[in-house]
Amino acid sequence: MTGDRGRTESTEDGVSPGGGIVAELGRMTGEERRAHEAEVAEAVAPDREIAVDVGDTLLEMRDVTVRFGGLVALDAVSFGIRRGEILGLIGPNGAGKTTCFNAMTGVYRPSQGQVLLEGRPLGRRARHQITRAGIARTFQNIRLFGEMTALENVVVGTDARHRTGAISALLRLPRLHREEREAVEKAMALLEFVGIADRAADRARNLPYGCQRRLEIARALATEPKLLCLDEPAAGFNPAEKEELMALIRRIRDDGYTVLLIEHDMRLVMGVTDRVVVLEFGRKIAEGRPAEVGEDPAVVAAYLGVPDDGVA
Amino acid sequence: MNAHIASRAGVRILARRVGEWWHGLSRFQQWGVLVPLVVLIYLLPVLNPPLLTTEPGTDFPIAMFNAARMALIAIGLNVVVGQAGLLDLGYVGFFAIGAYVAALLTSPDSALGVRYPWLVVVPVAMAVTMLSGVVLGAPTLRLRGDYLAIVTLGFGEIVRLLADNVEPLRGNRGFQQVAGPPGTHADGSPIFTQTGGTPWYWLVVTVIILVLVLVGNLERSRVGRAWVAIREDEDAAEIMGVPTVRFKILAFVMGAGVGGLSGALYAGQIGFVNNQKFDVVTSVLFLAAVVLGGAGNKVGVLLGAFVISYVPDRFQAVAEYKFLIFGLALIVLMVFRPQGLLGARQRLLARGRDAYRRLVGRPEQVVTKGPTPDSGRGVRT
Repeated sequence: MTGDRGRTESTEDGVSPGGGIVAELGRMTGEERRAHEAEVAEAVAPDREIAVDVGDTLLEMRDVTVRFGGLVALDAVSFGIRRGEILGLIGPNGAGKTTCFNAMTGVYRPSQGQVLLEGRPLGRRARHQITRAGIARTFQNIRLFGEMTALENVVVGTDARHRTGAISALLRLPRLHREEREAVEKAMALLEFVGIADRAADRARNLPYGCQRRLEIARALATEPKLLCLDEPAAGFNPAEKEELMALIRRIRDDGYTVLLIEHDMRLVMGVTDRVVVLEFGRKIAEGRPAEVGEDPAVVAAYLGVPDDGVA
Repeated sequence: MNAHIASRAGVRILARRVGEWWHGLSRFQQWGVLVPLVVLIYLLPVLNPPLLTTEPGTDFPIAMFNAARMALIAIGLNVVVGQAGLLDLGYVGFFAIGAYVAALLTSPDSALGVRYPWLVVVPVAMAVTMLSGVVLGAPTLRLRGDYLAIVTLGFGEIVRLLADNVEPLRGNRGFQQVAGPPGTHADGSPIFTQTGGTPWYWLVVTVIILVLVLVGNLERSRVGRAWVAIREDEDAAEIMGVPTVRFKILAFVMGAGVGGLSGALYAGQIGFVNNQKFDVVTSVLFLAAVVLGGAGNKVGVLLGAFVISYVPDRFQAVAEYKFLIFGLALIVLMVFRPQGLLGARQRLLARGRDAYRRLVGRPEQVVTKGPTPDSGRGVRT
């Protein structure tokens, strides 16, 4: 790995003195860097209306029930996600958090009830159409395209918004070149945003675990979602990495995205979310601000166990 | 055992060195290597090099034509198997359809009673096979993995059985005098004959180059990325907004079109089509070419096809045991080098080289390094 990089850098010096964004970043002063970060944020979310309609309901779960045979995994769950907030979805193991996620993103179809995005029911839309409608997600067990480079993984995300078809691709029509150029720029900006720009050229399967988690977030953001769903993004992280992740999630929200977060780590949930929904045995047992929920006796009994543990 | 490991490492290092050397060259330098190489490939049947020649057993230009034809088939099948990761065991069906369309439209034995020129027939043959790709793909591509493989196996058999049993397709009697491409020498004798392999070889090599360019264009675009994404993780691809069914059908259609084209070329060269050459074993041989060379890698697939077609022609003594030999070779390969002889990954971005140099400051990681112990915990491979 290191040998490889040494080799490519030495050939690189002869080709272009710039050495790309990564080398450039290293040379920047603090102020230049901040200006550059603003640019990146702009490129990541070009037409997001920040703070315009924060507060209205972006996604609504209306009496959603999911059954597997006789097992009721989700029992008439209703809650809303407001535009611009970070909503935490918590609950003990097997409470139905991931099922809830899957019902939202079209992996399962609700047996009863509806999922509405901006007031319109998602109905029987195919999964890729739900992504285009504006819901993106990451996976609890990382599912990247291992043989692709990090950059290509993110470009696949941007492809959700692309219109290049087989004919334009076969004949290399101008649309292909325009879309490819924009996609690469944007994907690179996203990699920078999540902090792994220096690994852009590496294959996803060769990335360290933390970078893979970040890459999943970048790939999901590339689909230009209205709602970003993160399924246990901190699983397997050490405390320092969790801190960085919390900062990243906040930056994503500040950039104008709405975030749904499933997480086991109570510290992370309480520290980063605006509101929390608590599930137990497929039912919603509480909803509210983290501090309130943390003191709710039902939640404490069901999930937090020892009261002191709650907001620790 | 130690020798085993050493030779295994040796092969890997060699493949890696060659790959790194090639990807380290500039565009211009690559052309400098490619152009003489292509000229040499074109000249092969004329040069008839002493060690390489298949004579006296097989006419060398014919052997080269057969190898080139196999290479074309392998490129088409590689789109389906290598890029999109859809295991197709009935690819010979498309090849057969191409050959039969050419026969039906040009042979005097055909009940249709038409004798269209070959140049008209080739696009028709491709269109019909592409359509059959949609017909096969649309209902079956919701299946995955093994299930899809079994359905495609069935498709290949259906095509063969139709050829056996449908009266207008003439079963074993077949079609005589299937037309070839037009053109005559100065003395009036036709250029494309059943005995002269060289013009056919040149034609197929030219077609291969064209198909490689077009397939490469698809590969380095949204289409190729969608295919690889489906291959790597179909569910994740769909959730990232890839319309998977549409792109899988597209892969089938592209593969089918190339299969039909090679079928029409084959029918034209042999001049005769009957139900004998389209069995499952032929499908498996096509697949072996792709897997041997390295599924997903175009150069590897060309190499694999050459080996599969050339070895039985060159070493007549072992030709009878070719399935045994290829079978053993595949087992050995799967144990020691599961990604195939050349396992380099494909590039998936248009003008990706420039993009990586400009934005990242170093080239993308292309060459396969084999399984790395430090590879991620989460990624399923």
